[in-house]
Amino acid sequence: MEPLPILNASGCLDALTAPDVAQRLDAYVTKTVTPLPREGNPPPRIAETEHGMVNSIGLQNPGIAAFVAHVLPRLRDLGIPIWVSVGGFSAGDYASMCEALDGHDDVATIELNLSCPNVEEAPESAAELVRAARSATKKPLYAKLSPTSDDIAETARAVADAGVDGLSLVNTIRGLALDRGTRTPVLGTGAGGYSGPALRPVALACVHACASVLALPIVGMGGVASGRDAADFAAVGASAVALGTVLFADPSAPAKVRSELDELRTAEARGRADSSERHQLPATRSVIS
Amino acid sequence: MSLVAQSRQALEVLPARELVRVRETEAVGQYTLLRVERGGLEPGIPGQFFMLEAPGRVLPRPMSLCLAPEGELAFLIDPIGPGTRVLCSLRTGDAIHVLGPLGNGFDLSVERPFLVGGGIGIAPLPYLSEALDHPSAILGFGSDLHAGAAALLPQAAVAIEPRLVTELLPDDPGDVLACGPEPMLEALAGLAPGAQLAWEAPMACGYGACYGCVVEIGGHYQRLCVIGPVLSAGVRERA
Repeated sequence: MEPLPILNASGCLDALTAPDVAQRLDAYVTKTVTPLPREGNPPPRIAETEHGMVNSIGLQNPGIAAFVAHVLPRLRDLGIPIWVSVGGFSAGDYASMCEALDGHDDVATIELNLSCPNVEEAPESAAELVRAARSATKKPLYAKLSPTSDDIAETARAVADAGVDGLSLVNTIRGLALDRGTRTPVLGTGAGGYSGPALRPVALACVHACASVLALPIVGMGGVASGRDAADFAAVGASAVALGTVLFADPSAPAKVRSELDELRTAEARGRADSSERHQLPATRSVIS
Repeated sequence: MSLVAQSRQALEVLPARELVRVRETEAVGQYTLLRVERGGLEPGIPGQFFMLEAPGRVLPRPMSLCLAPEGELAFLIDPIGPGTRVLCSLRTGDAIHVLGPLGNGFDLSVERPFLVGGGIGIAPLPYLSEALDHPSAILGFGSDLHAGAAALLPQAAVAIEPRLVTELLPDDPGDVLACGPEPMLEALAGLAPGAQLAWEAPMACGYGACYGCVVEIGGHYQRLCVIGPVLSAGVRERA
């Protein structure tokens, strides 16, 4: 069986503060970069809930010019493929970001963040944003989609027709955490992006729906925290998985998920071999039992 | 801002994350002292912190090191929410993952150290006090019950609300090293501009990944886990 590549979900790891964690991945996905620098949202920005967490970071980043000048050269030293996540507020933004990255050999893939729940959305449709990006670069493009669209398979088909090479499924969903004492929102912005274990069944449904109608590669993400979770995503059609919230709790998660997945697959292969041996027993045995 | 960035080096390799056993939990005033086996973990510099797995919760909790006896790490915890309550209810023999030490601790090269702590903010002071040969200290608490934790720092003068630590602060306290609630730290920054102040913020990861713990410094949001949690008073004058 092909190894299942393990990436990080955008915004869940800083390879400059934890390079050794990033190097355990098959590719590093940057925090979303926007055309201009962004300070992000006012704190508090994170809150744990019973089965996940909400965040409202608000795409804090240095902007594409500073990213290309100061961050990208340092990411090269990681020695693994670099996926740059880009976000914007118009089709023109996506085009200019992709144009700025197109000439850089260090950029393996551009992930189009079409679905951040913490900032205003571009007025154009996802497919229009992809078309703008596609016209600006020949690099592989992945579209990161929200799980909250009415029919994600339809959105996936539209962005596929517009020229993406793969899908990143899924971004966070909107959630609200209340302070138990005051019953007011914990986050400075009110609601935020909900992630973690509770997102897993939602993400599995999206990957399953898209893989059923499209042959594009899919990076599955949403609550992946174990080898079994990764195997589940592969089973519904993911060709890679990305780790998100689990990285906050456990920076050794990449190695852990990989070894658990390897063990699981070995055990399952052994089980299949044993079972096929049993099937070769004389038919009388099954009658006797 | 650039000065801070230059003096604080980014982590090249994360410290160890280990599964360690709980030796015991001990009530200290309103708080709980959680004692765990040290294993291969380094205690680090006073003021640095560790991420403690809170069993059953999604995220770990950041805790500064309170004491570092031989073979042990001890954390002072205020049971204010589901994660801290789980940590306070751990029993001898339970095992939790601990990651650290993380962040930047106090600069110990001070000539006349003077410690100030408020409430659960006294947590890093016992370990700091040992490293500095037990200097003078003032602790402030919200009630007599909370003040039971002053036993961790026997040399300290104690202020109980409505009395404030700033009322007990000498005119020339020397080199102030402090941890406590934000209003206390802000007041100290005004009275002792050279003070080193240990701040807190909600953190999901403690190692720069989540961007959740930002504080505003010089008009920019910066990650407290990367540039702090100990900052010189001039760096962050106002929360």
